[in-house]
Amino acid sequence: MLAVVITVAPLGFSNSYYYDVAVNAMFNAIVCVGLNLLIGYAGQISLGHAGFFALGAYGSALLTASWGLPPIAAMLISATVVGLLAFVVGRPILKLKGHYLAMATLGIGIIIHIVLKTEAKITGGPDGMSVDNFSLLGFTVMGDRMWYWVVGILLILTVWLALNLIDSPVGRALRAVHGSEVGAEVVGVDTSSYKVLVFVVSAVFASMVGSLFAHKNGFITPDIGSFMHSVELVVMVVLGGMASVFGALIGAVILTLLPQFLAVVEQYEAMILGAIMMGTMIFLPKGLLPSIVSAFKRREGGQ
Amino acid sequence: MFAAFLQYLFSGLTSGAIYALAGLGFAIIYNSSHVINFAQGEFIMIGGMATATMVAAGLPLPLAIALSMLASMMVGVALEKFAIEPARNSDVVTIIIITIGASIFLRGAAQILWDKEFHSLPAFSGETPIGVFGATLMPQSLWVFGVSGAVIVALWWFFNRTMFGKAMLGTSHNRLAAQLVGVGVKKVLLASFALSALLGAVGGVVVTPITFTNYEAGIMLGLKGFSAAVLGGLGNGGGAIVGGLIVGIAEALASGYLSSAYKDAIAFIIILFVLFFMPNGLFGKRGTDRV
Amino acid sequence: MSLLKVESLSKEFGGVHAIENLTFSVEPGDIHSIIGPNGAGKTTLFNLITGVYTPSAGRVLFQDRLVSGMKPYELAALGMSRTFQNLQIFFNMKAIENVMVGHHLHLDRRFLSSLLRLPKMRRADHECRDFCAGLMEFVGLAKYLDADAASMPYGALKRLEIARALAAKPRMLLLDEPAAGLNATESREIDEVIKKVASTGVTVVLVEHDMKMVMGISDYITALDYGRKLAEGTPAEVRANPEVVAAYLGAHA
Ligand SMILES: Nc1ncnc2c1ncn2[C@@H]1O[C@H](COP(=O)(O)OP(=O)(O)OP(=O)(O)O)[C@@H](O)[C@H]1O
Ligand SMILES: [Mg+2]
Repeated sequence: MLAVVITVAPLGFSNSYYYDVAVNAMFNAIVCVGLNLLIGYAGQISLGHAGFFALGAYGSALLTASWGLPPIAAMLISATVVGLLAFVVGRPILKLKGHYLAMATLGIGIIIHIVLKTEAKITGGPDGMSVDNFSLLGFTVMGDRMWYWVVGILLILTVWLALNLIDSPVGRALRAVHGSEVGAEVVGVDTSSYKVLVFVVSAVFASMVGSLFAHKNGFITPDIGSFMHSVELVVMVVLGGMASVFGALIGAVILTLLPQFLAVVEQYEAMILGAIMMGTMIFLPKGLLPSIVSAFKRREGGQ
Repeated sequence: MFAAFLQYLFSGLTSGAIYALAGLGFAIIYNSSHVINFAQGEFIMIGGMATATMVAAGLPLPLAIALSMLASMMVGVALEKFAIEPARNSDVVTIIIITIGASIFLRGAAQILWDKEFHSLPAFSGETPIGVFGATLMPQSLWVFGVSGAVIVALWWFFNRTMFGKAMLGTSHNRLAAQLVGVGVKKVLLASFALSALLGAVGGVVVTPITFTNYEAGIMLGLKGFSAAVLGGLGNGGGAIVGGLIVGIAEALASGYLSSAYKDAIAFIIILFVLFFMPNGLFGKRGTDRV
Repeated sequence: MSLLKVESLSKEFGGVHAIENLTFSVEPGDIHSIIGPNGAGKTTLFNLITGVYTPSAGRVLFQDRLVSGMKPYELAALGMSRTFQNLQIFFNMKAIENVMVGHHLHLDRRFLSSLLRLPKMRRADHECRDFCAGLMEFVGLAKYLDADAASMPYGALKRLEIARALAAKPRMLLLDEPAAGLNATESREIDEVIKKVASTGVTVVLVEHDMKMVMGISDYITALDYGRKLAEGTPAEVRANPEVVAAYLGAHA
């Protein structure tokens, strides 16, 4: 179904600006499908994932620019480094619960953001740095249309992998961690390792998308790693629906498109965004998709 | 040498006092509702911005301060009534998003109501620095110390000596007991938000002559306050005060001796370090989870 | 050779001695009940045996191996499995998925296999589902095969925990008040389930307040009070022990 939507959507795109927005929406969707494994399925919050996204972006930018590595190698090396970092910090911080975990992940994100801003000699500081096109085996991805198809395929792949994972022994163990840690432990689930695993996986997703984003955009600033960006990612997941792959996807699309619509009322953008965040959480605490689905079920049940 | 150290210490204590007030705000709300209010920093911003604009418009300072505190408390009460109350029994994540949403909303409102510029207040009692062992201390810093100290003493009195204050503390341990003394949980919640908003506004007012303020000033102050509260152990008032001072002093020393660019990172590095070894903060409750 | 040995075990919670210098052992194949008034320390004992809590002193041996200090998931791999007095259900999952998590140790747990879900994995998952459906029928939950755990009544959830614990294929099954909150008919059904489990060779350690049930099915009983062993023996011996009677009547308090 997703494949159909991705194929058909461009019929309505009258110019390349639409493709640009759509690519960004799909970037966010991939990050959110990964982040949802952590937040929605395993029940662990992270307010620092933009940091991993930014590390992927800067990793690719630096490795291609100053070391002349091919983009694909840069992307994989960055993702490996981010994965290792997530593994090292994940062990101690995932012992924390609730607000303490929120604080720790928030701290990691902010530290990364500050380092990127401060080490201007390497990263260009707040002014940002430019990044080359993405090319593989002599083939260069260029222009919004080509990016659209490449990212579209990656998104489908991501969704397929996520759906597989959720309905497998590892995925069930992750969901069990959310349901009851001690309940999962006593039947043999090593809960701390699973939490670290999903933290690493979601960080690697964010890092890889960060790399692609850098190449697509051609220019990056440290603000892609800001606290506000981390919050946006979490909001996408929660708004669309925790523990729902398609929910996260829908949340990502809506929140990417929203600023485009709100551009007309630019002044009020922040207020409206804040109001939407509060409103959805108060009235649809499960998120859009699960709420709609259960409303449908109830109607069918009633008839 | 010593003079420089003293200088850093003064500046650390000044910001530490503000973080402590913000941390106390987090602690009070956390105690009564187990909510972390990410809009705490916005109370500080509102206090500072409202006072600054009213003074600029010609109102006498004391009146402007009183009105700002009132405004901030009203925002706190409204936040509780319309955003927190309806979502009382939601997940941690849900409530985090609600309060972050509230903070974005308040920032957006501030940007429209006022503007994006920096605002300031004249120092309360002049700008003549006081020399102390070769270091200088701005009189406004004394105001910050004094007011924070007074607020802390007043809070101590409120929570330990008044019926309502004791009941507020009581709700965090035992809902039923609090109801028995005739204090409804709802009233306690409202009071805790009003009180936290007041604390934030007080901090915002006294610090604005030193740091200036704008619509975004609340973000970092709020996050530092959260660090202070977590460092001390969530829900522990004394812990939040100590946490705030530690963060403030460490920041000032680090920016003096290491690198000022990393000043803002210090709070979070300390926090991570402490949480690695003490998952419940410095003075948080330890215990075995009951199964 | 005893399956489980508890030696001079103690657990203290900030001054409260929940378990104090307790020694006893469980023989393989037995239904061994632990009884005692509220707050006697039965649940704490279970938590110590299964690695949920670490002892303040003393040790636990399972199959003659020192296991105190090990994590619950490591003990599960050695053949221990349990249910909880306060339900620890995965309410975010379907009933059958709860049981399938119980079978976790017997499945391919490699990350890549799960990510790709190749035919081999699908087949294994299918078999696991059938096996778990069988267990749900065994404990009397046939009609909840498609249910969400969150929609099930209390009595059904208690059985669901038993099915989940059984899915781990334990050597020793610890049940913490499996009949609490159930009506007489349901209690009798649980009674049957426990007997059937024991007849397959699984050792059962049972905490239960329903004395009729305990006296009826136990091979051996250990009675606790204030964290200490009050008496032990066959049901007939324990029932005849005046101290046990007194503890239950609160005569010595
Ligand atoms: N995690 C904990 N922290 C502090 N005290 C505890 C904890 N767990 C148990 N206790 C205390 O230890 C004692 C024994 O409790 P336990 O739950 O083991 O009793 P029990 O025999 O299972 O009682 P019941 O029949 O009511 O289930 C009680 O005084 C209890 O308050
Ligand atoms: Mg018990």
